[in-house]
Amino acid sequence: MATAVTSERSAELRGFRKVQRLAYECAEAVAAQLTPGVTEREAARMQREWLRQRGVRDWFHLPFAWFGDRTAFAGFRIPLQFFPTNRRLEPGMPFILDMAPVFEGHTADIGYSGSLGINPVQNKLMADLEAHRELILREVRERRSLREIYEDVDRLMVRQGYANRHRAYPFGVIAHKVDRVRERRWSPRLFGFGTQSLKGLAADALHGHREGWSPLWSPYRFSDHPPQPGLWAVEPHLGFRGTGAKFEEILVVTDSKDPEESAFWLDDDLPHVRRWAEEK
Amino acid sequence: MPAGARERWVRTGGVELCVAELGDPKQPTVVLVHGYPDSKEVWSEVATRLAGRFHVVLYDVRGHGRSTAPQPLRGGFTLEKLTDDFLAVVNAVSPDRPVHLVGHDWGSVQAWEFVTVRRTEGRIASFTSMSGPSLDHFGHWIQQRIKRPTPRRVGQLLGQGAKSWYVYLLHTPVLPELAWRGPLGKHWPRILQRMEKAPADAYPTASLPTDAAHGAWLYRDNVRRRLRRPRPDAYAHAPVQLITPLGDAFLSERLYNDLERWAPQLTRRTLPARHWVPRTRPDQLAAWIEEFVIANEGGRPVIEATGRYADRFGGQLVLVTGAGSGIGRATAFAFAEAGARVIAVDRDAEGASRTAEMSRLIGAPEAWAEMVDVSDEQAMEKLAEKVATEYGVVDVLVNNAGIGLSGRFLDTTPEDWRKVLDVNLWGVIHGCRLFGRQMAERGQGGHIVNTTSAAAYQPSRALPAYSTSKAAVLMLSECLRAELAGQGIGVTAICPGFVNTNITSTARFAGVDAAEEKRRQQRSARLYGLRNYPPEKVADAILRAVVRNEAVVPVTPEARGAYLLSRFMPGALRRIARVEPRL
Repeated sequence: MATAVTSERSAELRGFRKVQRLAYECAEAVAAQLTPGVTEREAARMQREWLRQRGVRDWFHLPFAWFGDRTAFAGFRIPLQFFPTNRRLEPGMPFILDMAPVFEGHTADIGYSGSLGINPVQNKLMADLEAHRELILREVRERRSLREIYEDVDRLMVRQGYANRHRAYPFGVIAHKVDRVRERRWSPRLFGFGTQSLKGLAADALHGHREGWSPLWSPYRFSDHPPQPGLWAVEPHLGFRGTGAKFEEILVVTDSKDPEESAFWLDDDLPHVRRWAEEK
Repeated sequence: MPAGARERWVRTGGVELCVAELGDPKQPTVVLVHGYPDSKEVWSEVATRLAGRFHVVLYDVRGHGRSTAPQPLRGGFTLEKLTDDFLAVVNAVSPDRPVHLVGHDWGSVQAWEFVTVRRTEGRIASFTSMSGPSLDHFGHWIQQRIKRPTPRRVGQLLGQGAKSWYVYLLHTPVLPELAWRGPLGKHWPRILQRMEKAPADAYPTASLPTDAAHGAWLYRDNVRRRLRRPRPDAYAHAPVQLITPLGDAFLSERLYNDLERWAPQLTRRTLPARHWVPRTRPDQLAAWIEEFVIANEGGRPVIEATGRYADRFGGQLVLVTGAGSGIGRATAFAFAEAGARVIAVDRDAEGASRTAEMSRLIGAPEAWAEMVDVSDEQAMEKLAEKVATEYGVVDVLVNNAGIGLSGRFLDTTPEDWRKVLDVNLWGVIHGCRLFGRQMAERGQGGHIVNTTSAAAYQPSRALPAYSTSKAAVLMLSECLRAELAGQGIGVTAICPGFVNTNITSTARFAGVDAAEEKRRQQRSARLYGLRNYPPEKVADAILRAVVRNEAVVPVTPEARGAYLLSRFMPGALRRIARVEPRL
């Protein structure tokens, strides 16, 4: 019985890993094509087309692209400002690509930071993100409350001298749950978010509301509970004086007693993780 | 003549020019041109500072100092003839390599001519201009404002018109000569000391009355002619650095509004000083000239400082205490972004070195971390000594380090009091005492910023000790401002309200046990987090306050509101003070 459950779970995780890899491949392919003068809208379209050509039909959310000081969400007041604009890429400018495709019913949500040419500030931000990845995993394994982990991440950012920019996301989330999505022939979108995924999130929210947890990992009281088993798309986002950097990837949380098994990153072969390994 | 200068004579166009050289002739040549009524000795202080790295050349303009005057005087001072002189000097002192040109006042006016005429192309590598516009640009500036007079342009025109009163006087015949050879020449040094705060030394030289009398022809030969018919092609063929003293009584900074049109490679610098900057701010000028010359010699490029006040703080030395976190760190970053050299002081060594490291990433040419507890008198004295010998005299000092203490007065122990006063008050006193003295002794201006708090004027039952310490700092700043005003040193008190920093999580809560203290720290940190006023905005306010030399600056709406109430409805503040905050 146990092996059946395990194999079923590992098959499912394989599906998620596959789409997450696909999304990161897309990010690297599009990033390699960015040249001076490309607009955020064009970069977003490039991601969308790349993924559509490879069979993606539904989205958790449509691809985003942020250039320059928009990587740090400078002056963002309303959520509409997240959508791609006609801002053009210039040499040395930092950029972030963020996309959440659904492929064969599995969802990925990734964030890829880079710059056109060398940007020492963003390099530094990316290097410092490693500590956040370690901190989040460690504290999730310790089964600390999500709100406390959020605050610890916050404190680490402040110590590093950075501003917390995931605070700008809806509900200020550092992470949110993702799940399997039923494939429909027609999948409309609401403000860039796939309705099927929103439905899943809403069902989770209702469910969690009754049981005292939330699919949104925020600094607020509704996140004051230990990590809920499932898949969490974690996205710490650092900002430093007009330059931003983030990564986003899936953290698997299970109800296992073994700490190693209770939480782990879905995939350790990702561009930012490889980069840290190379630097060592 | 500056000590150690080598003298030579250059004969050109019927006059003999007295040229002085300092430094190694193999190094890049910097030619300093003086203004009116001056002689080359006006550059003494700057020249000696530059002589270590460059081949410095100064010369007396024809009719000034020891150079001879043309005969007749009328028509002998045209810009064309002055250009001949310049080329003759340059060919004598640096025949193979282009020179770096620096001009002040009329020296800059001439130099603009040198750098915009074709025949000097390839002979000038860079030009640093201070307090002397090109007459051609000036002519276009006036014509533009007369042709399309918007209210703002008319205002600018009238403003500069009023500042140019002496130009009209110099156009009257004979009278200026009589005045200079008579009473004006005699009293001029004292006038300069009083109006310009120029140091009392051997300058001006004995030749002043003759210099000034001859120099009147600079105006008569050129001003009317050029202003009426400015050259349409007066484009600079070398990179230009424009240094604008903001307190100049004779030239409006508006004159340079459209300068990018004429000098495409323009670097702007501003300086809170009056007209005679070569005498009152030699350190700053030498630093800027050196940086600009080296950049244009293909050495270390001028680091692209993107900050809003890069023109003002570029290359300045800024010391911030409490720079390991919060407002101090944000302030250090803001100065770094403006191109300042930053010293980050904190008792948390790791935080300070992190601040220094990040500062270098965003535009500070140099940044250092120093681990010092500001309440430690000896450590502060040691720091002051080290800074003076290794980094130089601080241009901007930000006394920011502070700690929080909350709790009823009756629960606050003498030990608590001592701690909060040691850091919040004595830390500021030590900073002002040690670095303020260095600034005053240097005599070239500076600025001190003390971070106090809205609690300095908003009484409350929750923060009696903290408020007391901050009120003391506020009054200290006001008194110090009065004392140092005469030396060109500004003092600012910054009064932030609730700013999202870690002062809440390190604050002491008197009269409660450790667990309760921890809970209150967390609770207040969370509330400050919800308020979420970023320290970066306080840092922006600090830079703005230094630029505008403001006295008391409340930051955050609640601090501004309380400041207004404290002036007009103090009774309301007292009622607010009685409310006990629930934590």
